[in-house]
Amino acid sequence: MKPIFMTYTKKDLINLAVCMVLSVLIIPTFIKTEYWYTSILIPWLCLALATIGQQIVMGYTGQLALGAAGFMAAGAFAMFNLILRVPDLGFVGSLIVSGLIAAAFGILFGLPSLKVRGIYLMVATLASQFFIIWMIDKFGWFKNYDSSGIITAQDIVILGKPFTTPLAMYFVCLAVTTILTLLAMNMARGSTGRNWMAVRDMDIAAESMGVSLLRTKVQAFAISAFYCGVAGALFAFCYLKSLEPVAFDIKLSFKILFMCILGGLGTINGAFIGAAFILLFPVLLNAIGNNVFHGAIDATIISSIEQVIFGLLMIIFMIYEPLGMAKLWENLKQSMRSKLSLSGIKGVKSPVLKK
Amino acid sequence: MANELLFFMEVLVGGLLAGTMYSLVALGFVLIFKASATFNFSQGAMVFFSVLAFCGFMQDFNIPFVLAFILAAFLMVVVGLCTERLVLRPLMNASEDTVLMATIGLGYVLEGLAQAAWGVEVRRLDLGIGDFPVPWIADNLKLFISALDITAGLVAAIMIIGLFLLFKYTKIGLGLRAVADDAGAASSIGIPLKHIMLLVWSAAGVVALVAGCMWGARAGVQFALVDLALKALPVLIIGGFSSIPGAIIGGLIIGAVEKILEVYIGPFFGGAIEGWAPYVLAIFFLLYRPEGLFGEKIIRRV
Repeated sequence: MKPIFMTYTKKDLINLAVCMVLSVLIIPTFIKTEYWYTSILIPWLCLALATIGQQIVMGYTGQLALGAAGFMAAGAFAMFNLILRVPDLGFVGSLIVSGLIAAAFGILFGLPSLKVRGIYLMVATLASQFFIIWMIDKFGWFKNYDSSGIITAQDIVILGKPFTTPLAMYFVCLAVTTILTLLAMNMARGSTGRNWMAVRDMDIAAESMGVSLLRTKVQAFAISAFYCGVAGALFAFCYLKSLEPVAFDIKLSFKILFMCILGGLGTINGAFIGAAFILLFPVLLNAIGNNVFHGAIDATIISSIEQVIFGLLMIIFMIYEPLGMAKLWENLKQSMRSKLSLSGIKGVKSPVLKK
Repeated sequence: MANELLFFMEVLVGGLLAGTMYSLVALGFVLIFKASATFNFSQGAMVFFSVLAFCGFMQDFNIPFVLAFILAAFLMVVVGLCTERLVLRPLMNASEDTVLMATIGLGYVLEGLAQAAWGVEVRRLDLGIGDFPVPWIADNLKLFISALDITAGLVAAIMIIGLFLLFKYTKIGLGLRAVADDAGAASSIGIPLKHIMLLVWSAAGVVALVAGCMWGARAGVQFALVDLALKALPVLIIGGFSSIPGAIIGGLIIGAVEKILEVYIGPFFGGAIEGWAPYVLAIFFLLYRPEGLFGEKIIRRV
């Protein structure tokens, strides 16, 4: 398909239009309960954004990284300090700068990727996870010397207007996520993304063909951390409405890794599918526990079952469909399309055969 | 001056002995990596699962200590069998990274199952060995060293020697080494690949159980064991993924360095640098010696 604007094809623009109509017009008119915004839509958008960050480094560049939550924490606390100390920057400015600060961390901890890969790199990125959380925890300056450990996030003010209702925050998240998703798609399809994928598929071959490993890997880590940083800032300011280092522990990193892998490595829509699944599945499981068994099953048992199912799904996907749910969706579309076109061909052919 | 030196020695010895605990976890990783070139990310979960099962047998069913240990070890063999059948065999020809991700999934399954079966509260595990300084050493050498640390050190030493002898002098060990070298070639000359894998996973399970007992006696049997077990990863990087002595030396280095840093440098930064110091140390090793101290040189071809 020929791109008609930047790298976007006609199909993409139609998809974008459908998504925009759905998210800007239909959802706000039909969903009125706050619960949907505060507990599902907002965290979904934030985590999907972080998962895109993970996708860039893991799905596109093929580097096993496990530090997304650390970069999210860096972004969130950078945002807090920027709004506190540099109020002139404004919300959007702070968001961009906090993304850049997270990107700086990404570059620093992405450097080992030049030497090592696989589980070796995973250990190196674990360092970033633990180091960033420790740093924020131990140096009071980052938390503005707040002793309680949990800081309330400032209100979001853009161009003098407050964005404090759940619906308004949803629109903030939606706008940021949409812009960054479009950018990510553009990058993934352009020369940047082709370099990433070349490095993923065989880094030595890519290097001998003139792709600079240093540039490509560091770029991927920086962009990935930027996305995670922005996602972390949104996560703290729109969803948690508070900042505490514990919220960004290794469990969140694993969660994002799962979203990335189950959603489908190397796809942007997989990030959204994976985030939705990991976020909604526990909600569904709890609903089943409460409504079908009327609370007869202990909440801890339910969360254990949830963990077992995530683990099993991971194994099953690795064995049968390593490309995740995005690929399943693609296959489904393909088979529907071929069925439709087959019946169409029959319709055309039958009169021809009569002749 | 003498007191300072004594204090340093105490920190050092304490660190070294605590390091053997990391070594015990790392040993499980090495066993599996040596025989199948698989990074078993679920080793930490296996530690947690096995020791929680052990505690569960002892405390919920009042099964005596030795019998409970045997049952837990048997359970780990069953886990190994299931893993080999259901996870590894279908992924025989998959890439390293795919298998690694599958073992992350396996870790989740084990953690979830353990908590579903035996609950989430912290359990106390009493091995009959106190976590207090041994009086004899405290009196004569003026070093305060915990009895539990010494036991862990001894257990680690026995296991290392046992595994070393197994690998070096038995037919099974020869088979293991052959499989590690080239699984395809080994199976074509008649080495039963499936049995070897089962054996290795069972052995790793039992090692996990022993490591779990040591950790559980110190810190209580709880979910945090999984995070502690993550520290075995820097140990492996320093020691090399395929070397049993490497796992030991790596553990000792990590244990000693993190304790010394914590005691001497930690106070300047508000402490708790133990949490990340091993990983940063591992990064430095990765930059200068990616294959670890005892690992085989990594050669990659296009």
